Amino acid sequence: MKKVILLFFVYLNLIPNLNALIKVDITRGNLDPLPIAVSPLHVENSSEKLENIDIKKLGINVSAIIEKNFRSTGLFNPLKKEAFVQKPDIAHLKPRFEDWRLIKAQALVTGKLSVKNNKLKVEFRLWDLTASKEMIALSFTTTPSNWRRVAHIISDKIYERLTGEAGYFDTRIIYVAESGPKNQRVKKLAIMDQDGAKTKYLTLGNELVLTPRFNPSNQMVTYLSYFRNLPRVYLLDIETGKQEVVGNFPGMTFAPRFSPDGKKIIMSFAKDGNSDIFTMDLETRVVERITEHSSIDTSPSYSPDGKYICFNSDRSGLQQIYVMKSDGTNVKRITFGKGIYGTPVWSPRGDLIAFTKVRKGRFYIGVMRSDGTGERLLTENFYQEAPSWSPNGRVLVFYRETKSGPQGKGFSAKLWSIDITGYNERRIKTETDASDPSWSSLLSK
Amino acid sequence: MKFNKNLRNIFLILFATLALSACSTAKKSQTTGDVYTGSDTVEYLASGVKDRVFFATNKSSLTSASRETLRKQATYLRKNKKLNVTIEGHADERGTREYNLALGERRANAVKDYLMTYGISGKRISVISYGKERPVNSESTPLAWSQNRRSVTVKVK
Repeated sequence: MKKVILLFFVYLNLIPNLNALIKVDITRGNLDPLPIAVSPLHVENSSEKLENIDIKKLGINVSAIIEKNFRSTGLFNPLKKEAFVQKPDIAHLKPRFEDWRLIKAQALVTGKLSVKNNKLKVEFRLWDLTASKEMIALSFTTTPSNWRRVAHIISDKIYERLTGEAGYFDTRIIYVAESGPKNQRVKKLAIMDQDGAKTKYLTLGNELVLTPRFNPSNQMVTYLSYFRNLPRVYLLDIETGKQEVVGNFPGMTFAPRFSPDGKKIIMSFAKDGNSDIFTMDLETRVVERITEHSSIDTSPSYSPDGKYICFNSDRSGLQQIYVMKSDGTNVKRITFGKGIYGTPVWSPRGDLIAFTKVRKGRFYIGVMRSDGTGERLLTENFYQEAPSWSPNGRVLVFYRETKSGPQGKGFSAKLWSIDITGYNERRIKTETDASDPSWSSLLSK
Repeated sequence: MKFNKNLRNIFLILFATLALSACSTAKKSQTTGDVYTGSDTVEYLASGVKDRVFFATNKSSLTSASRETLRKQATYLRKNKKLNVTIEGHADERGTREYNLALGERRANAVKDYLMTYGISGKRISVISYGKERPVNSESTPLAWSQNRRSVTVKVK
């Protein structure tokens, strides 16, 4: 990314508060979300006016994004602002803890922002209302047009402080935007913020595109395009829009993903009716064959340490999930349950593999340990597939299609997310129908 | 009363028979196993030469009816030596996208291989898989899915 987004972090309070009482457990479904008050950020009167942004409303808008992020986790219950008991600027200096406790809040977020010399400065504090203590205080300086990202970064910092795990709000989702009748579907690559804002279309829809996936630095995307009616794996630079075909294969290449170091693309190559798994080094252009089997081998996904690959194969007769070393040796089948299994994706934490399971005409999204034990099915539907992990390995995004009537009436494809606890299933709103979502890593690490 | 009851029974039996026969003829004329055997979506390369063959779920093996269709295609291609074709392989919507792409490719190649055994040069035949992306019948029913599991031979212009 040429346009480097500079964010300056300043810790106002360098000593973390170790004896805070509130802590949110995200390892199980949370039926009792933490009541949190997000005070609108105070806008300093001295702030410069901005061309495209209403500076007076910016404080409210930032807090609204934070609230929406929190609500979407199912772990927090942002309280209604009408009940708030203190003015934003005063609360930010020193909350009256007992008054905030009266409205049943357990945590409070306060902040202020200002614009000077075309720089946006945002400061926030998180308060533990039970212990009457400040938990974090941070300030950021950036260009004003980055204000949404600041709201997401603040959300991540608070999530991290309260759950003990990294957040996933300052992220993007790349997906396939769909329109038109089912038998002539127009598909475009689209990218948006994790909360559905700032949608941008990356292709025009002249050719069929499928299965986009980010590289680890989120600047490149690999995907399948039917450009000139030759289905091949492509590489796209999001910033420059430059596209190139990956390798020079005499047949269809598909199901691409990056290696965890971003140096290789792993994909399937189909020839004479047989699909095997190959890698191509993006720098040296060296192509390596990973599997050699007369069955279909596809949907490869690396473990985060790059040592293993999980993939989908029908070598046993029907689709099952296998794990092998990254050089293709030591192939082991890991799924033995009833039904068929596809789309394995290794969790960024390394512990789990997410998958799609089909059984008795129903589709499930599930997770299992990387040795195939501990299978848990999270959600069941008429059709859903293609899970992709949030960068902290706690949430999956996938797509779901509805049953259609004559001429495809009633057909839709939408993005959904679910926690790996099996709770908190949610629609992710998109401008158009959508499929094949892929979640980026954290944009600011 | 008795007459009425008899009459009602007769109607019931008649109705049941009609319903059953309607049901069985519908099934008989549409699919065998779950391979589509009807002709609703079929187009023709030339008179009597069907352009497509159908497959069972998750399978790429050719039925005897498919082989008969392909023998006719081979005859047609032998007569029209300058004609090249593309075989499109398709899957139904009931499988994961990436696997379906591979399956469509496998189905298209099953057709290509069979045409080649009848002396058609592989150079005249290209294959492309659309996976589940281009259904011919957009409905979500077993009949539609059977029509969508297909390989279509398309003339290259």
